[in-house]
Amino acid sequence: MAPRNRGATDPAEPRELLSAGDVARTVARMAHQIIEKTALGASDAPPIVLLGIPTRGAPLAHRLAGRVAEFSGVTVPAGVLDITLYRDDLRRRPNRPLEQTSLPDDGIDGRLVVLVDDVLYSGRTIRAALDALRDHGRPRAVQLAVLVDRGHRELPIRADYVGKNVPTSREEEVAVLLTETDERDAVLLRRKTEVVS
Amino acid sequence: MKPLVLKGIRPYGEGEPVDVLVRDGVIEAVGSEIGSTVEGDAEAVDVRGMIALPGFVDLHTHLREPGREDTETIETGSVAAALGGYTAVFAMANTDPVADNAVIVEHVWRRGQEVGLVDVHPVGAVTVGLEGKRLAELGTMARSAANVRVFSDDGHCVDDPLIMRRALEYSTALDVVIAQHAEEPRLTVGAQAHEGEQAARLGLAGWPAVAEESIVARDCLLAAAAGARLHVCHVSTSGTADILRWAKARGTDVSAEVCPHHLLLDDARLATFDPVNKVNPPLRESDDVAALRQALADGTVDCVATDHAPHAPQDKDCEWSAARPGMLGLQTALSIVVETMVRPGLLDWRGVARVMSERPAEIAGLPDQGRPIAVGEPANLVLVDPDTTWTVRGAELASLADNTPYEGMELPAVIDTVLLRGEITVREGKVNR
Amino acid sequence: MKHLLATEGLDVGTATTILDTAERLKATLLGREVKKLPTLRGRTVITMFYENSTRTRVSFEIAGKWMSADVVNVSSGGSSVGKGESLRDTALTLAAAGADCVIVRHPASGAAHRLAGWLAEAGTSVVNAGDGTHEHPTQALLDAATLRERLSTVDGRKVVIVGDVLHSRVARSNVHLLSALGAEVVLVAPPTLLPAGVRSWPATVSHDLDAELPTADAVMMLRVQAERMHGGFFPSAREYSIHYGLNEKRLGLLPEHAAVLHPGPMLRGMEIASRVADSPSSVITEQVRNGVHVRMAVLYHLLAGEEEAA
Repeated sequence: MAPRNRGATDPAEPRELLSAGDVARTVARMAHQIIEKTALGASDAPPIVLLGIPTRGAPLAHRLAGRVAEFSGVTVPAGVLDITLYRDDLRRRPNRPLEQTSLPDDGIDGRLVVLVDDVLYSGRTIRAALDALRDHGRPRAVQLAVLVDRGHRELPIRADYVGKNVPTSREEEVAVLLTETDERDAVLLRRKTEVVS
Repeated sequence: MKPLVLKGIRPYGEGEPVDVLVRDGVIEAVGSEIGSTVEGDAEAVDVRGMIALPGFVDLHTHLREPGREDTETIETGSVAAALGGYTAVFAMANTDPVADNAVIVEHVWRRGQEVGLVDVHPVGAVTVGLEGKRLAELGTMARSAANVRVFSDDGHCVDDPLIMRRALEYSTALDVVIAQHAEEPRLTVGAQAHEGEQAARLGLAGWPAVAEESIVARDCLLAAAAGARLHVCHVSTSGTADILRWAKARGTDVSAEVCPHHLLLDDARLATFDPVNKVNPPLRESDDVAALRQALADGTVDCVATDHAPHAPQDKDCEWSAARPGMLGLQTALSIVVETMVRPGLLDWRGVARVMSERPAEIAGLPDQGRPIAVGEPANLVLVDPDTTWTVRGAELASLADNTPYEGMELPAVIDTVLLRGEITVREGKVNR
Repeated sequence: MKHLLATEGLDVGTATTILDTAERLKATLLGREVKKLPTLRGRTVITMFYENSTRTRVSFEIAGKWMSADVVNVSSGGSSVGKGESLRDTALTLAAAGADCVIVRHPASGAAHRLAGWLAEAGTSVVNAGDGTHEHPTQALLDAATLRERLSTVDGRKVVIVGDVLHSRVARSNVHLLSALGAEVVLVAPPTLLPAGVRSWPATVSHDLDAELPTADAVMMLRVQAERMHGGFFPSAREYSIHYGLNEKRLGLLPEHAAVLHPGPMLRGMEIASRVADSPSSVITEQVRNGVHVRMAVLYHLLAGEEEAA
C-alpha cells in the first residue's frame, strides 16, 4: 500500500489559492484597473455604480468602492443587486430566500454599472443579473468585475476585471471567504462537496 | 333438515366447552360429548373454542331499499348483517318512498324473508313522509303482514311536541314503541359538527349537545305523562345519559341505544375534514365517549345499535358540508363493542349478549330473539372467535358502499358462525346461501 | 412548503420567511416602470372561486402575473362548476390540464384541505383563498405584513379583533398567525358571535371595546354580513354599531401610533365610521397593496423551488 500522499496534490485537502493578503492586494489592483479603464474623474467619463451580486459580491463591491475612493478621491456609489428572481435554475434547487436589493438613490439610468461577483463560472448568474438590471433601468454600459475566473463558461460572457484566473476542473469548487460573511479572507480550491445550499 | 351439533362452544364465554344439538330450529340438547350420541344422524360443526351468544338484534339500520339501491339493498344489507352476527335488524323508514304505509313495510319484510339471511323488520314512519305534521297509519302498519313493532322518523326529529305527544299516546293501544331521533331542529340549523373546541377551530357550524338533550328530556316527560314507551335513538352526549338515568329512576318507560362509533371515536377525528367521519348525531368529545361507555355498562343505555348508513362515494368523497352524514356499522359493531367495552373490563360476554341481543329484542318485542342458550329455545346463535383480530377494509365489506371510518384499523373478535332458526347463515366468516 | 391551507400549525419560521420575501419583493418593485419578474415563467396558476370576491381573486391574479406565471381564472359562473360538476372532478380536471397551483375559494370549511388530498398524486400545490368559516391564510399574512410595516414588529403588540368572530375565517387565521408571531390577540364581540370553543384559542375574549382600545397597537374590524343582522345574533344594526362599531370617538381612545385594519369590503357606518376608515390611522389601502406582495411571496415559495417529494 502506497503511503498516504499529504500536501497540495491530495484532492481531498482544500488548496489555498489566495491568502488574506493576496485578497487585499487583488482588490486594490482591480480598483486601480477600474479607475484607469473607466477614466474615472475625467470630465467626459460616465458616472459609475458598483453593484455587488449576493452573497459575496456585495461586500466585494463595497471594498472596491472604498479602494476606488481611496486611490482616486472620487466617491463611487455601491449597491446590491439580488438576482434570485431571475435565475434560470430555480426549479433545480431548493427554495431560496430573497436577498435585499439596494440600488443607489440616483438609480442606474445613464450610468456605467460595474457588476461585482466573487467567482465567474458558467456565466448564468451574470446573465440573470443583466436581466435584472434591465428591469431596474437603462445603464449606459455594463461591465463585470470578478475576484476569480475559473473558466467553464456556458454563455458568451467575459469579465472586464479579473482578480485571478484559475484553471479548474468541474469536480472542483472555488470558495471565496470574506470576513464580512465568513471568518477570514481567503480563496480556496477544493473537491466539490455534495449538493449544498 | 339435518340436525347440527355445534362442538366445543362456550356459551357466554363461561365454563367448560359444551356441545349444542340443534334440531328443527330449536336447541334440543346442551352438554358434553353430545356428538357421540347422535353420530351419523347429525352434521357435526367443529367450532371449538368459540364463544356462543344469542344472535344479535340491531334496532337501527338503513338498508336504502327502496330508493337508493346503488348504495345498499335489502339483500346486500342482509349479507352485511349476517356477517356481523345479526339474526334480526330493523330497517329505518327513511327510504324513498318513505315506509309510512303498509305497502312499503310489507315489501321490506317480504324481501328480507326472501333473502333469508336475517329477519328484516321494517320500522314504520311516525308521521307521513317523515314531515312531522300528521301521524302515519301506525295501526295499519302494526297489523300488516310486516307486524311493525317500532316506529321512528329517524333522520328527522318529531320536534312538534303535540305530534310527539299524540304519537306516544296512540302507541299505547298498539303495544309498539316510538323511537325518537332527538335533535331540536331550530338548534341545529346548518350544523356540521359537534359544537365545541374542534368545530370552533375548523369553522364548522356547531351541533350543540343541548339540541339532543332538550328533546330527550321533553320526550321522557311526555312519555311518562302518556304512560307510553319511548326509545331514544343514538344517544351521543353525557348529558343525555344523565337525563336517562333520572327518567329511569322515576319510573319512566324509556330505553336507549348507543352507536359503536360514539363508543370509539371522538371529534378529534375531524381535523382532516374527511367526511367519512361525518355522522348525525356527530362525533362528540372524549368525555362523552367515556360517559357513554359507562352508561352502557350500567344499563342506563340499554343496547348497541349500528345506525348503519351506507352512502355512495360521491356523497362522501367531497367537501365536508356537501357530504351526507352516516357510516357503515353492521360488520364492525361487535368488534368495536369488544374493543371499547370488553377489553377495558366494562362488560363481560354475558353483558355483550345483553346489549347486542337480549335488550334490543325486548325493546322491539321480538319473542324469538335474544333468548337464552338453553334447551327448547330458538337456535338464533352467533359464534365468535374472541382471540383473532382483523383489519377493516371498506372495499371488502359486504355493503355496496364502503364508507367506514375504521378503514385500516385492527379490531378484535371475528364472527365465525351464525345460525338463524337453526340454519347456518354464516360459516367461517363467509355467508352460507 | 407544498400547500398553504391554514395559518394554524404554520411554523413561525415559514411565516417569517414569507413575510420577509414579501417585504423584499415590495422593495424590489418599488418605483419600477415594469412590474414584471420572470421568476414563475412557464408555471400555470389557476384560481377557482366558488364565492364572489373581486379583491382576493384580482390580488392573486396580479401576484401571479407580476411573477410571469400563466394565470387562469375559473369562476363557478362560467364553467362546468355551474353544471353541477363536483369540486373533486373540477380539481382533477384542472390538474390534468397542467395546473402547477390551484388557488381556491369555497363556501365549505375544509374545501382546500380536501383539494390538497385529491391533488396529492398530481403534485399540484393548493392555496386556500378562504374556505367557509375556517381560514383565509393569505389575508392573515398580509395583515401581519401591514402590522410589521406600521408597528415595526408584531411581537409583543396588542391586536384587538372586533366583530363576527364566529363566522370569520379572517379572525381564525389572524388569531393563529399573530399569536404565533408573538402578538397579544384580544377578541371583542357579542357572545352570540363567538364560537363555543373560543376559550381554547390563543387569544383573550372581551365584550368591552372601550376598555381594550387605550392599550391597543392595532384594531382589526371584521365585516358584519347582512344575513347575520337578520339571524338574531344581535338585536339591531344600531345596537351593534353602538357597542362594537369603530366610530370617531373610539378612534380617539386609541394610542397615536395604533393602526386600524379592515379586511374589506367595508360596511361604512356599520362596523366602521367613514371618517375612521379614511383617517391617518387606517392602513386599509396598505393592506390591499401588501396583499399582492404577500401573495407573490406565497407563490414564490410554493412554486419557484425544486419539486418537493409528495
